[in-house]
Amino acid sequence: MSLCLQARQLACERDGRWLFEGLDLTIRSGDIVRIEGPNGSGKTTLLKLLAGQLSDYQGELFWNGAPLRKVREHYLANLLYLGHSPGIKAGLSPLENLAWYQALSGERGNTSQRLSALEQVGLGGFEDVLVGQLSAGQQRRVALARLTLTRRPLWVLDEPFTAIDRQGVAALEAQLAAHAQSGGSVLVTTHHALDVSPAARCIQLG
Amino acid sequence: MTQGQKATSTILETPVPGGLWVAFTATLKRDVTLMFRRRGELLNPLVFFALVITLFPIGISPDRAVLALIAPGLLWVAALLAALLSLDSLFRTDYDDGSLEQMLLAPQPLAALSLAKVLAHWLLTGLPLALVAPLLGVTLALPLGSYAVLALSLLLGSASLSLIGAIGAALTVGIARGGVLLSLIILPLYIPVLIFGVGAVQAAVIGEGVAAHLAMLGALLAASLLLAPWAIAASLRISING
Repeated sequence: MSLCLQARQLACERDGRWLFEGLDLTIRSGDIVRIEGPNGSGKTTLLKLLAGQLSDYQGELFWNGAPLRKVREHYLANLLYLGHSPGIKAGLSPLENLAWYQALSGERGNTSQRLSALEQVGLGGFEDVLVGQLSAGQQRRVALARLTLTRRPLWVLDEPFTAIDRQGVAALEAQLAAHAQSGGSVLVTTHHALDVSPAARCIQLG
Repeated sequence: MTQGQKATSTILETPVPGGLWVAFTATLKRDVTLMFRRRGELLNPLVFFALVITLFPIGISPDRAVLALIAPGLLWVAALLAALLSLDSLFRTDYDDGSLEQMLLAPQPLAALSLAKVLAHWLLTGLPLALVAPLLGVTLALPLGSYAVLALSLLLGSASLSLIGAIGAALTVGIARGGVLLSLIILPLYIPVLIFGVGAVQAAVIGEGVAAHLAMLGALLAASLLLAPWAIAASLRISING
């Protein structure tokens, strides 16, 4: 059984306006799918919807052939969603933030795992500084450290490149490509041209 | 089965058994740590409670007989309002920085995670209020012998208040200034707790049995422990959806 997230005839309406209608989408192992569209075209809404957060939509979602509502828990155990707001607590250190996220997925984990994940996103030496004192890009990197720390096959990333410097962008692109090559899949929104292999499939909204 | 199929079949994760307890304790620890790092906010309800109670003897009358009559009601009402004051921030920061969204997407029951958050809130607001109340009872000339009952009734009652209040906090978290709405939703639900809480202390003051009142407070707590987590989880889902 490989990974397969499928949307059939997806439609979503906001304030009397259809953001998208009749959207068909299939994401399998090894796919990198990029959602494109101008501001306000519903990219974030689509990602939230695919992440199982919203329920006011039309159409159907399937996870490995079963309706998403019925296998929600299994789906969530395989999903890593990074939203528009990074979900990182300003009053905690990067290590404490990651410890909570590891615990949320049910693992106790250990400090050396978390340290090496922070090292990998270039935050070595900042592990005990309160996140509120880090720069916007560094805060985003704390969230990105979860990609290394938590093993989840499906990544849903909303604007992950925001506030990240050029080296960070290249490293993240390499990480997305490596994830797809090892059988995972990535669903991403971004305004910059993704340079990854396998090449990203584009879905145009708006 | 070929090699390739084997590789892809192992990548899917299943929810970790026993993970719920790990997530529960981690959430509790996280919230307690966060609240301790904002000590000013932590002291707010206690300071409010102490101020209100010390102002009453000055404003009404220093007469011991008058004060002893109204002391149970005053202490309970002030503690209730102090608890209400602290509720608005329960889910607010998590909502603002996106971690609430992540809690909803965790492969753990949201009700259990919300319960951990409420427990942290109670440990750092309800519990200190209950412990400080006897001390403030002295300034209101609360008759001897009713201090233990006051603390016990607040201990049981404030836990219900936190649980019930969290439902309102969850419902109003998506609204920019939900404070007033929160009070309007929650205050009617607080009234049974207030009635039996004050009843217990008054019974102790006049020397009657307190067991019935305390048992009712216990029953209210048991009911809210059973039902509130689900209501909080459902309310959070509604708030995130909007």
